[in-house]
Amino acid sequence: MKVGMTVNGVGEQVDVEPRRTLADALREDLALTGTHLGCEHGVCGACTVLVDGQPVRACLMFAVQAEGASVVTVEGLAGVDGTLHPLQRAFSEHHGLQCGFCTSGMLMSALHLLRTEPNPGRERVREELAGNLCRCTGYAGIIDAVVAAAAELGTTLREP
Amino acid sequence: MKPGRFEYLRAAGVAEAVRALVEAGGDGKLLAGGQSLVPLLSMRLSRPAVVVDINRIPDLAGIDGTDGTAPSVLRVGAMTRHAALVEQRSHPLLAEAARWIGHAAIRSRGTLGGSLAHADPAAELPAVAVATGAVAHVTGPDGERTVAADGLFDGPLMTALQEYEVLTAVDLPVPSRWGFAELARRHGDFALVLAVVAEVDGRWRIAVGGVAGTPQRLACAEALLNGDGATPAEVAEAAATEVRPGSDVHAPARYRQAITGELVRRALARADAEVMS
Repeated sequence: MKVGMTVNGVGEQVDVEPRRTLADALREDLALTGTHLGCEHGVCGACTVLVDGQPVRACLMFAVQAEGASVVTVEGLAGVDGTLHPLQRAFSEHHGLQCGFCTSGMLMSALHLLRTEPNPGRERVREELAGNLCRCTGYAGIIDAVVAAAAELGTTLREP
Repeated sequence: MKPGRFEYLRAAGVAEAVRALVEAGGDGKLLAGGQSLVPLLSMRLSRPAVVVDINRIPDLAGIDGTDGTAPSVLRVGAMTRHAALVEQRSHPLLAEAARWIGHAAIRSRGTLGGSLAHADPAAELPAVAVATGAVAHVTGPDGERTVAADGLFDGPLMTALQEYEVLTAVDLPVPSRWGFAELARRHGDFALVLAVVAEVDGRWRIAVGGVAGTPQRLACAEALLNGDGATPAEVAEAAATEVRPGSDVHAPARYRQAITGELVRRALARADAEVMS
């Protein structure tokens, strides 16, 4: 089936079997391998992307369901010149990653949180990121990073 | 962990979805939010020949009775997402229960109809439906019918919905007082046990999840609560006595029984604080 969608602001078309998940279409058909697949059944959160502004598990949605949708992946965070997004910079500065496997999902969940709640407390960050599993960094640095990014961004993140 | 092959049909209307299910001859599956179905497909525990996507059917999502007046019954479209249930203000119990479902990335896709049709015995929304005396609207090859929540759940992942029927909307009475309490190992997990108390039309109803194959009404505890003079502690004790949960890797039966009492107590305490205007 042919599916048209916007990915990180660029119009894309893929030709996929209906059983192709959005995560696999992003990785295999569009070569956007920043979206990672951990559990492939909706538990680990590594494949979290934004679809029409909402966070979704890209392994729990079929690519054909994204027809006409606007998808944002971790590749859409940095500027065109490679300048890191403030969240990415904060993850780097606060040791919010070690192996990096969970990082793209963490970033996309955190992005949605900061867009909807520009000033979440530490507890809210912990709560919201509970849907993203990390097996090495140990969460503390990740939460530090999101809290720091929130402070830096203030309200500027609410732009689309 | 890749789903097997299936034919995909994006239904434009309920009638088309029903027709597609009939044509699939029992080998078709409705795709709502996909938060339970897609894992089952990926693990190949479910291998339907046809997947009928009802996400793009107009009018299946949405909430009636939110025009500012306080409705006594809220009609909620089956494809209404959990995130929208959290945001609406007309049914605070529904909003509170939906807040406990999974995580933001689950609530953005998962739906009320999907949760009821999937019928996980530890899920929040089936227990709310039973506790409030909700009514499900269903369309099948022979037309429309309604199913009361008390008769909707047959067992774990089993409902009174027939093979070719589509759940289209749910009428949820808005309780005058309510309480909700849940215990889960981790934030966003399915509940070990959850308790819902709701006062509808002047009568209290209690439903608990996670202690049986379906959400369970607690007749004895309800009778005590609706009678005169029982203390919340006595109602909670009756609730704990009334359930017969099983043991599994998550919790032994006696623990589930004990926390049933405690959660009913907490839900009742919350109900006193939640007197709605």
